[in-house]
Amino acid sequence: MAMLSESDQQQVRQMLAGMIAPVRLVFFTQTLGCDSCVTARRILDEVSALSDLVTVEEYNFILDKEKVAEYSVDRVPAIAVVGEQDHGIRFYGAPAGYEFMSLVDAVLLVSKGDSGLSEETRMRLLDVAAPLSVQVFVTPT
Amino acid sequence: MALESPHITAIAIEATEFPDLVQRYRITGVPKTVVDDQIEILGALPEPQFIQEALGALQADDHRQ
Repeated sequence: MAMLSESDQQQVRQMLAGMIAPVRLVFFTQTLGCDSCVTARRILDEVSALSDLVTVEEYNFILDKEKVAEYSVDRVPAIAVVGEQDHGIRFYGAPAGYEFMSLVDAVLLVSKGDSGLSEETRMRLLDVAAPLSVQVFVTPT
Repeated sequence: MALESPHITAIAIEATEFPDLVQRYRITGVPKTVVDDQIEILGALPEPQFIQEALGALQADDHRQ
């Protein structure tokens, strides 16, 4: 059974039609002890089916050490939303519920290369000169 | 934010899947934002306030040029 309803698919397809550059959903999974990895992969497959510009790339968290290090991933399921460059946008956990729309938004932002933030905010962010992690905790409902 | 700064990583975490992180960061409600393991912002704030909270406390240390 599809994770996304027919009307959700239609809506997401329309949103993704606004994409400009291709986006890779770099997905990290593991075979054992990660039930939500299966759910996450199904969601990603359904999203990528809605736009030719979205692709899914899967790596094994245990085996693909080089990729785990390259994308600084420390748990699964993990999704890196990557465009022409990696901006450091990550999702941990299956992107269901509210998280799903956040994922679609992230794909659009990366594809367009436009954060949509105000000029003042952008200027302030230019001041950040050392690594800074912004973790947002959310729930699906 | 991550899109506008090469130094910023933006990480969305599904809280119910990672109880260890919920405990470590004392997550009692969502959305909750944790900046650099030290600044905590509970709830969704308008953009200017959010940026102020997230970056305000960094002015004294080495995150600014």
